[in-house]
Amino acid sequence: MPAALAALIASIPLAYLVLRATANGLDPVLQVLWRERTARLVGRSILFAALVTLACLVVGIGTAWILARCRLRGAGAWRVLLALPLAVPSYVAAFSWLAIWPQLEGLWAAVLVLTLTSYPYAYLPVLAALRSTDPALEEVSRSLGRGRWRTFATVTLRQVSPAAAGGGLLVALYALSDFGAVSILRYDSFTRVIHSSYRAGFDRTQAAILGCLLVLVTIVIVIGESRARGHADRARTGSGVRRTAAPVELGWWMPAATVGLGGVLGLALGVPAVSLTWWLMRGGSAGTDLPSLATAALTTLWVSLLGAALTVALALPVGVLAARSRHRAVRVIEQLTYAGHALPGIVVALSLVLVGVTILRPLYQRTPLLVLAYAVLFLPSAVAAVRGSVVLSSPRLEEVARALGNSPRQVFRRVTLPLATPGIAAGAVLVMLTCMKELPATLLLRPTGTETLATELWAATTVGRYAEAAPYAGVLVLLSSLPAALMLTTRGDRRG
Amino acid sequence: MRTSRPVLLTALAVVTALGLGACGSGTPPASPTTGSTPGAGSATGAGQAVVLYSGRSKDLIQPVLDAFTTRTGITVQVRYAGTAELAAQLLDEGENSPADAFLSQDAGALGALAAANRLEPLPRELLDRVDARFRAADGSWVGVSGRARVIAYDPRAVPAGRVPTSVFQLTDPAWKGKVAIAPTNASFQSFVTAMRVISGEERTREWLRALAANEPVIYEGNGEILKAVDAGRVPLGLINHYYWFELAAEEGVEVVNAEIGWLAAGDPGALVNVAGIGVLRGADGAEPARRLVDHLLGAEAQRHFAEKTAEYPLIAQVPPSADLPPLAQVSGPRVDLSRLDDLATTQAMLADAGLT
Repeated sequence: MPAALAALIASIPLAYLVLRATANGLDPVLQVLWRERTARLVGRSILFAALVTLACLVVGIGTAWILARCRLRGAGAWRVLLALPLAVPSYVAAFSWLAIWPQLEGLWAAVLVLTLTSYPYAYLPVLAALRSTDPALEEVSRSLGRGRWRTFATVTLRQVSPAAAGGGLLVALYALSDFGAVSILRYDSFTRVIHSSYRAGFDRTQAAILGCLLVLVTIVIVIGESRARGHADRARTGSGVRRTAAPVELGWWMPAATVGLGGVLGLALGVPAVSLTWWLMRGGSAGTDLPSLATAALTTLWVSLLGAALTVALALPVGVLAARSRHRAVRVIEQLTYAGHALPGIVVALSLVLVGVTILRPLYQRTPLLVLAYAVLFLPSAVAAVRGSVVLSSPRLEEVARALGNSPRQVFRRVTLPLATPGIAAGAVLVMLTCMKELPATLLLRPTGTETLATELWAATTVGRYAEAAPYAGVLVLLSSLPAALMLTTRGDRRG
Repeated sequence: MRTSRPVLLTALAVVTALGLGACGSGTPPASPTTGSTPGAGSATGAGQAVVLYSGRSKDLIQPVLDAFTTRTGITVQVRYAGTAELAAQLLDEGENSPADAFLSQDAGALGALAAANRLEPLPRELLDRVDARFRAADGSWVGVSGRARVIAYDPRAVPAGRVPTSVFQLTDPAWKGKVAIAPTNASFQSFVTAMRVISGEERTREWLRALAANEPVIYEGNGEILKAVDAGRVPLGLINHYYWFELAAEEGVEVVNAEIGWLAAGDPGALVNVAGIGVLRGADGAEPARRLVDHLLGAEAQRHFAEKTAEYPLIAQVPPSADLPPLAQVSGPRVDLSRLDDLATTQAMLADAGLT
């Protein structure tokens, strides 16, 4: 039931799109779909999403493995820092890169920038998975004569593959929906055309038709991921308590690992930091309105916190079901929740505008509806996190708990939930960081007069006032470090 | 049933989140939501409020709105977002819209709302303050400030004397690969639409094809074009005039390399477009909204546009900034700006020519 509720909420944008796309009959639909340009756009968007996903998986898994399994000075700080690029809005990253390297444009530029802001989608869940899987399998593999690299490739990768696939899926969908990087770095993708349909033509029909097509592409990708994920048992079933992995001694590789982590961080956080500082020192619009900065920061924290709470609450039943059941209906529900993530924010926002003015009038342009929009947009992040962490604990444990006389609810509270907590927390952080930088839905659905850091940032950059924008971007990244630090360090301490 | 397990927990969390949200929605510093009691006609509007959707950014309009509140006591609750996004939002909201007035960056968005019968005609007294070219023929909206289309050029690559004075010169082979345009941007599409109205469909189609064959450099917006020209990456670019003044204000006049070339009067490229305002049909705050329109067309607000945002004021009493040639001199084609909402055909033409 609650899973169905989540699916219902997640399918609001879909219903809206179908309604809008067919508003003028089927002729315009066929006309748009039949254009050669439409096919080219699909191809370009898929290519872009595939490259970004691949790059994010390499960076995300690599960094997560080093930080989960190797002895490294300052690992706690690294873990937090490497999650932060998620808070950098892609348009800020794109502007930063352009400031330093004005010639940057096209496919590879967009891939670079989007990879650097979205690899945490892969990094966070993989890190959580690595830290909660038993190293015993890897030790067995080593003792049976497989080398470190073969063990990594055959055992470790397999263990984290649900988490990695979930993260990769999020990256792919995010890449399809992103507008900032592709528009500023001039790569002609689907989202860019959907936006220009609204921008220049006030043409909601064409935008909706393209949106429907984007949803179809999403469904193909989601089904592909679920095939790739397979149904292998990832849970540990042995007796005794899972141990913490003995850290790998990097030895001579230590400097290389440090340089690698530092390089990722330098590109993902350093470049924006340098550009922002430069704008701040040079720009004529410098001079910060401190009270508005403070209120925007508080508002941002508040709505993002609510967004993360609601999203995780809705994701729990879907994620748990997806992890435990192989029923067809469950798969459909899970896949429905992914729709929001691949659609441009403007589409999701408009669908909630319609729901708001017609059904939820008292909530329209008030915080609850904005929070609901965040849930629709970012439900997949949380669903993937919940599912990825629940599959790691064995259903046997739940069965034992049932046999010992616990009610299903007690089992969930006493067994399933505690075991999955690290992964769910990672999902919550992921959602919160993404909410903090969300722009299109926030612009249309926030209470009139309320500003978040992202809307202030947008307001300043649209009129070219980069110096005025810089403090908002800086505070956005600083604030993001709070939830990330809280989640990633407290757990480390308790376990260490 | 496995489904039943998390029922309570989820329901609880959802309710809590929504409940918290409902309480919290009052916490951010939203302006007080006073019901707009019809105190129309009274000199002070204290207690009245206008809900304004503004496609014009805060930096460019908030001071003018603050002055309005100080003068009249009417609170303005502003929702800032992109013009097109707000137009789509207003169209989707329909008659349930909480908005009283829509301040748009361009005439096309207002035209689209008027075509959907969402705007209520303004009083003649307000309309008559502005030249007929810069307001809707049916009185549904009125322009508040104007901007001209110009050519930004890199003086290191193009000497001032060689800068084209007509967009028709841009298809000359001499400019192959040297002209930056933003064909997905509303301001470019408005100008092409104007060209269709003035020079005819066929001539426009030919021009677009020739332009496409001349390998223009495509950008997303005016700002990016100006930056590219300023950095010497492209010799020429088509932009709105005030972008140059924004850049000069941000970076300092002395470091800006790019310069502005004005197109000859009457050239379709020299379209003067406006930011304008319309009052929503059936709005609760229609009366205070009209007083806001009155304020925006007053000398004080018009001087602000002339001096602070380097735009063209639209009432006769206020002259433009000294840096700008007079409006009559840059006046492009005479064209009904309301007709510039037919961007669909323009977009199809641009797509045909391979420009978008």
